[in-house]
Amino acid sequence: MTALLEVRSVSKAFGGVVANRDISLTVPDGAIIGLIGPNGSGKTTLFSSIVGHHPIDHGSIRFRGREISRLRVAEIARLGLLRTFQQTRVYGQMDCMRNMLISTPHRDEGVFDMLSRHSPAQVEEAERLLAFTGLFEKRFLMAGDLSFGQQKLLEFAMALMNRPRLLLLDEPTAGINPTLINGLIDRLKRANEEIGITLFVIEHNMRVIMDLAEHIYCLAHGELLADGTPDQVRGDQRVIDAYLGAH
Amino acid sequence: MSRGEILILWTLGLAASALAPFLFPAVITQLTFLWLMILFALTWDIMGGQMGYNSFGNIFFFGIGAYACAVIQRDSGLGWHLAFFIGMGAAALLGVAAAAVLGSGILGLRGQYFAIGSLGLGIAGGEVAAGWDYIGAGSGLSPPLYPGALGRREIFFYFLFLALALICFLALRRLYGGRFGLAINAIRDDEDKAEAMGLRTTRYKTVAWCISAFFVAMAGAGAGNLIGFIDPRDVAFAGVTFGVWMVLMAILGGKGTLWGPILGAVIFHITQELFWTYLLGWQRVALGFLIVVIVVFFPTGILGWLRERHPHLFGEAVDAGAGTDGERGAS
Amino acid sequence: MDNLLILFNQPVVSLQIIVDGVLVGAILAIAAYGMALVWGVMKIINIVQGEFVMLGGYVALAFADAGLSPLWAVPAGAVILFAVGWALYRLVIFRVVDRDLFISILATFGLSILLQQLANQVFTADVRTAESGLVSRSFLDGKIVIAEVKVLAFVFAGLVGIALWAFLKHSRLGQAIRATAQNARAARIMGINTDHVYAMTYGLNAAICGAAGALVAMTWVVHPYLGLPYTIRSFMIVVVAGLGNLPGVIVAALGLGTAENFAGFLLGAEYQIAFIFCLLVAILVWRSRRLARQRRYLK
Repeated sequence: MTALLEVRSVSKAFGGVVANRDISLTVPDGAIIGLIGPNGSGKTTLFSSIVGHHPIDHGSIRFRGREISRLRVAEIARLGLLRTFQQTRVYGQMDCMRNMLISTPHRDEGVFDMLSRHSPAQVEEAERLLAFTGLFEKRFLMAGDLSFGQQKLLEFAMALMNRPRLLLLDEPTAGINPTLINGLIDRLKRANEEIGITLFVIEHNMRVIMDLAEHIYCLAHGELLADGTPDQVRGDQRVIDAYLGAH
Repeated sequence: MSRGEILILWTLGLAASALAPFLFPAVITQLTFLWLMILFALTWDIMGGQMGYNSFGNIFFFGIGAYACAVIQRDSGLGWHLAFFIGMGAAALLGVAAAAVLGSGILGLRGQYFAIGSLGLGIAGGEVAAGWDYIGAGSGLSPPLYPGALGRREIFFYFLFLALALICFLALRRLYGGRFGLAINAIRDDEDKAEAMGLRTTRYKTVAWCISAFFVAMAGAGAGNLIGFIDPRDVAFAGVTFGVWMVLMAILGGKGTLWGPILGAVIFHITQELFWTYLLGWQRVALGFLIVVIVVFFPTGILGWLRERHPHLFGEAVDAGAGTDGERGAS
Repeated sequence: MDNLLILFNQPVVSLQIIVDGVLVGAILAIAAYGMALVWGVMKIINIVQGEFVMLGGYVALAFADAGLSPLWAVPAGAVILFAVGWALYRLVIFRVVDRDLFISILATFGLSILLQQLANQVFTADVRTAESGLVSRSFLDGKIVIAEVKVLAFVFAGLVGIALWAFLKHSRLGQAIRATAQNARAARIMGINTDHVYAMTYGLNAAICGAAGALVAMTWVVHPYLGLPYTIRSFMIVVVAGLGNLPGVIVAALGLGTAENFAGFLLGAEYQIAFIFCLLVAILVWRSRRLARQRRYLK
């Protein structure tokens, strides 16, 4: 499989604090890759670097063979690289349908497209994706009035609407009732298998990530500690020590 | 309301508007100004209400429009009507150009920095104009007088502003109902999220300001002629009067809605006329007081207040069972 | 640009401009310090700032009209404006402190317009100066003229600034103010009455502006509409220096005073105010462009 995302020797510091040091990893096309590590290990910083939220100090990030470390967030998003937020961000004063419609891909939007309406096909797709995430009945509610879990699902649906090649998910199960996590894992797998979206997932819930990912990277103190299949990582003493605080 | 009922209301409204100047000739100028106020409120709301970019500098385009038209009227040597309409075209063109050029810098500002930066722009316009001899400097400009019998002039300007307001309303209604409206609302709700989803925020912000500028500049062209005299600080770049009123009217009626600014403009204009009639001399003080009261006590405006009580009137569903399906967490 | 040539041919003219600019800059510095205080503690951008200066100026005029030396108006203006500021807080400002920043800008803008128009009605729009009875001295064979009143204003401004700084550093209220600025919630939990802190901060800011206004009345002119430029000057200084950077505020203020004077000399006095507002836009855009390169925004 070809590498969809190649991160090479990426470093990022904020003031005196080194958040990421010399991190290299690969996300193959079509895969589900996990990113784990104790709090403060630099996972979200790495995600932010990849999507262009801040410039990196050193290293290279290639997406579909193209160097993206100097591009802006919106440009990278239009290339097909999206992320969801840990704190879940949706457009609070618009209803779910409108949140979905504005999330259609903006790659090929010309100046005059601005003045047009969304096509019935797009409306249909929005409804389909809302049904996929179980939000169809709530499609005319204001996004800001949804519960936290529902907003997370909406954000996920909006990401799917945008037809990304690669989706970075920042703790998708955080704050979700445990009985509903299985449903979320199922939807993630279906998005990967049926729609063909590559997933790169930050997770704290070990059960979830071991089930979901085919390859896992572990960060600690801003550096890449270990990587491998779920079984390999689960048994790696360094990973266990990092989580239990032996470092 | 059914389509038939809406159509009837529209017809009645348009008929009333068309007949008003003939039925109430004594207040025709006040009615003309009402359409100007509606234009102010509607165009401001694109930026402030729909897009969340609270601009104190939209008056800049009004001033550009007023001067551009007056200069064309002064120097073109053409007949009055031709010069005026070419002047309006020039006003629109210059206004849009200014928005596009200045937008590349100023629209990069967020929140309070945009508010104060745009305020600076508006006032700067007036100060620069007050020193520029080509356009009359501190003495201002007077566009040539309308060639027509007494009364014809008032009628002309009434229908001019009515038409402008109507076109503006219809254009905005069309835009808000489509992709453009969704995009600027998304920018308002969470600009960073919109960028992260690939939305071309810079393009939308600039176009929004250009649309605002387009109508405001033409309003300026007309107003310069209506008022008869273009003073750089008090008429053209009237930052502390028109510039603030446009913000206030939209807020009073309910910003972010299509009819809110119109409602706010009507109420504000009537109040202002009453202040002028009964509090002459102190009407500006009273207006200042009104601004504070409205901002502090009615920030969501009349329609905002209605929306909270009766959300279904605005097409919003309220789910009584929201949050009871087992998914809980911090909201 | 004949004036530009004058600057090159007679450098002593530049010196005069710089001296005048620095002397005026001190007054701008304390007004900016007050604005930074309110911004940092209450998180609002106080558009009424300039009107407090304007009112301080009218206190000085009142003193001059009554036959008293306007120098006494500096402390008097401070006291009177403290009361005005405190009253405004209790009537209006407290309602907009914890809300949307736009609401606070619009509300203070509304207050600014209200005070402007009130002053216009009560005092008329006449442009006046408070005669201090002080002379100008010339140096370097008459090439440099320094007005004594400007030097006195500089010294006074400096004293006010030092007093404020000492107050914030050493007094209990000053510490409470600084604590609230850093974390209002924590301050409340620790037993600080933040509402009282806000009222005092706002009053203090008004007092500083009142003193500054009295100085302005003596060194320049007073009229009902001088407010907004002072607000914008203060804002610019704070933006350039950054909140909490007192030395930065002083440097920026002196720099602005000088820059303004040069602009007035080169472009003509009628463009001096235009210069201020254009500079505001330029500074904001430049700053935002610079941050954008690091993919950050002015917050």
